[in-house]
Amino acid sequence: MLGSRAAFALFVAVLAVVPQVAPAFWVTLGNYIGLYSIVALGLVLLTGVAGQTSFGQAAFVGLGAYTTAYLTTKYGTSPWLALAIGMVITAAVALFLGFITLRMKGHYLPLATIAWGISLFYVFGNLEMLGGHTGMSGIPALSFAGFELKSENRYYYLIWAITLASLWATNNLLDSRPGRAIRALKGRLEMAEAFGVNAARLKIVVFVYAALLACISGWLYAHLQRFVNPTPFFITQGIEYLFMAVVGGAGSVWGAVLGATVITLLKQVLQDVLPWMFGRSGNFELIVFGILMILLLQFARDGLWPWIERIIPRRMPPPVPPAEPLPARDRATRAGPLLEVRKARKQFGGLVAVNDLSFEIRPGEILGLIGPNGAGKSTTFSLISGAAALTSGDIRFRGESIGGAPPYEIARLGIGRTFQHVKLIPQMTVLDNVALGAYLRGGSGIVRAALALDGAEEARIKAEAARAIARVGLADHTFDAAGSLPLGKQRIVEIARALAADPMLLLLDEPAAGLRFLEKQELAALLRSLKADGMTVLLVEHDMDFVMGLTDRLVVMDFGEKLAEGQPADIQKNAAVLEAYLGSVV
Amino acid sequence: MDLSIAALLAQDGITNGAIYALLALALVLVFTVTRIVWIPAGEFVAWGTLTLAGLQTGVAPGTLKVLVGMAVIAGLMEAWGCVRRGQAGRLPRRLAAWTGVPVVVAALVWWLAPMQLPLPVQVLLTLVTMTTLGPLLYRVAYQPLAEASVLVLLIVSVALHFTLVGLGLWFFGAEGSRTPAFSSTSFTLGGVNISVQSLLVVASSLALIGALALFFGRTLYGKALRATAVNRAGARLVGISPDFAGALTFALAALLCGFSGVLIGPITTVYYDSGFLVGLKGFVGAIIGGLSSYPIAAAGALLVGLIESFSSFWASAFKEVIVFTLIIPVLLWRSLTTTHHEEDE
Repeated sequence: MLGSRAAFALFVAVLAVVPQVAPAFWVTLGNYIGLYSIVALGLVLLTGVAGQTSFGQAAFVGLGAYTTAYLTTKYGTSPWLALAIGMVITAAVALFLGFITLRMKGHYLPLATIAWGISLFYVFGNLEMLGGHTGMSGIPALSFAGFELKSENRYYYLIWAITLASLWATNNLLDSRPGRAIRALKGRLEMAEAFGVNAARLKIVVFVYAALLACISGWLYAHLQRFVNPTPFFITQGIEYLFMAVVGGAGSVWGAVLGATVITLLKQVLQDVLPWMFGRSGNFELIVFGILMILLLQFARDGLWPWIERIIPRRMPPPVPPAEPLPARDRATRAGPLLEVRKARKQFGGLVAVNDLSFEIRPGEILGLIGPNGAGKSTTFSLISGAAALTSGDIRFRGESIGGAPPYEIARLGIGRTFQHVKLIPQMTVLDNVALGAYLRGGSGIVRAALALDGAEEARIKAEAARAIARVGLADHTFDAAGSLPLGKQRIVEIARALAADPMLLLLDEPAAGLRFLEKQELAALLRSLKADGMTVLLVEHDMDFVMGLTDRLVVMDFGEKLAEGQPADIQKNAAVLEAYLGSVV
Repeated sequence: MDLSIAALLAQDGITNGAIYALLALALVLVFTVTRIVWIPAGEFVAWGTLTLAGLQTGVAPGTLKVLVGMAVIAGLMEAWGCVRRGQAGRLPRRLAAWTGVPVVVAALVWWLAPMQLPLPVQVLLTLVTMTTLGPLLYRVAYQPLAEASVLVLLIVSVALHFTLVGLGLWFFGAEGSRTPAFSSTSFTLGGVNISVQSLLVVASSLALIGALALFFGRTLYGKALRATAVNRAGARLVGISPDFAGALTFALAALLCGFSGVLIGPITTVYYDSGFLVGLKGFVGAIIGGLSSYPIAAAGALLVGLIESFSSFWASAFKEVIVFTLIIPVLLWRSLTTTHHEEDE
């Protein structure tokens, strides 16, 4: 049996041996595969993980290549300084493009990058100082401390060292505090923001990261070729980079290497075979590429890597080691209610969804907010959690106004929530999903994470998550993919995720919806035991049986107004409530 | 620059802008109904010109081979779908629609091509060919993925663009073509020389836009497409098949793009790969309209035409750069005025 470490060691060994035994042509191909892998890796992160995309990566490659070409030939700048300058320019451009597109829907970034890719190509081609369409030659070879990289073989080792380093950094990043947030960007924005992720900013950061990888690849390319012209940086190449990421499998860092390899070799073969098949030359590989791509998307949208991954057996991860707990919240009790809703009002145009509603939640109780469909329960929930803005009125948490605060601010103050439609990241483990809940309790950023300097904090976050998972009784599922669990367990994972944030108040949005009888009983038992530990819970529900046995008090809503408030037993006898639920008794 | 040059540039700009406007409308239509960012629209423009150019020389255009090939693939896909769902009884009708009709169209054009019929008939044949090709493309490439994310559909579009450019080179060759002008006369109005060709381009664009407005405003099918654009699931519930809406949308979009191709042919030499840049200029217009507003998209396309025309006078080498960087301020403005971002899975 081959473990993943052994597979990796074998891969590196083969890489190291190639230049010693294989013909020069293979080394050249290997160089290109390495250069392409670095670019595709950025796209794996951007497209596969964060759900954004760019067709303009080739232009960032060009920016890296042209910066060093210009500075080293015209001013004799050191290539290493030119790399730094190129990266600064690239980051600035990417920041700007990201800023203007990433706050909007997903398709504006790709369109903007197409325009950017084309524009830069024409700028390169038309600027005299950059050599126009003929390009620039005489770029010096790289050297470190007097050791000059004169041959392709020597570049091969540098290129692959950088490729492996990028893979290592990106892999670290994915398994970290910012990495979990990045993985939530694809279709789970609302959830991520509820746990304190600044999604718009993070998207831009990921885009910049991908652009910087492309820039590094371009810098290497310029010094390998010792010559640059605009052609390899046109939009066509940008599209090919995206194909590499998609073919390889945009969900795994190794998909980038696989995709770069497959596309490079396939192109080589097709360019030899197709003209012979068609009896004349032409861009026939374009036709084949396009068709393969469409077939791949129709039949295997996750690319080729998952098939290879299946061959490499996974070892059962070791149990999460205990670590010092993360700093806990100051829970000093204060007089008065934990949460006060004061004349909260929400209007959608002429429709008053919540009409001057007031109620309070006392520390340590389970309060049920119930009412018939359309009563305004979910809107009230959104007002408290910050997902919707108050029209008027106020909401106070521990005496402090939170009306109008953004969701992450509300999370920071100690209000945890779950979602009516479960919002877990299905392919991520339960542990990682729950660890995302502790996002606000850590502080490691992208750079620390990529360089694996976040080990101590990460261990504490993981231990905290494992503790929350054990608390809700799912320890056996710690390393299962969240999406593989039944709905009832997924709901409980959501509670564990909320607990990982160390909340004082738990907001649960219809937690019993869609659950079977036994699952409801388990959920009720869990909520009771949380209450016994001192947790305060607000339950929005319309399953009467479920709330009756569980809650301390009930607030009943109808048509956006409070209809009744009191003990469950009294509410059951309340004539107004009976009328609202069952119709009037004549 | 004096006034006469400015007038000339403006005239050029408006003519090109009218052509881009057709494209921009097609792109907005396709995006709103199907969520597809239709990058290969430009290929339909180029193929429109090249098909007409083929008919001019009395040669059956390569488009027909693509048409027949796609019709066969679509027929096979339909057959497989019917068998898999156990609906073999529906197969004859579907085969007639998906394979029969395109093959008949191809045969007709192939038969008429050598006769070198008058220009209006050739234009008609070109438009019929292109319009038939549109739905086939949707059926074969997009329909199996109709529920996928905007991103996946966008990548399919780009892959399709690659394929069509490759096919274009194969069937039309690397040489460019130009089609003859509809009219070579011109007249002077208030000291400005106006070519009848330009007027014809603008007038026919306007006529097509008017026809489209009537179609959407007055006909049941037009309203069905509008309903689909507003709410896909809702439209489906009232009996509008998303597959049908997609096919109809692509027929209309292909007609618009093919027509742009016919109009652009006399203005510039069109090569097998010219479509990409032309299509993207349509996109700049469509983006100005937020990929949702028809009138703003058309106005945006007109602006693109004018900017292109004037920048080719002042800085011809940077013409493309100027046109494509135009979307930066547009996006900036949109971004600053957008108050929320939407979940886009």
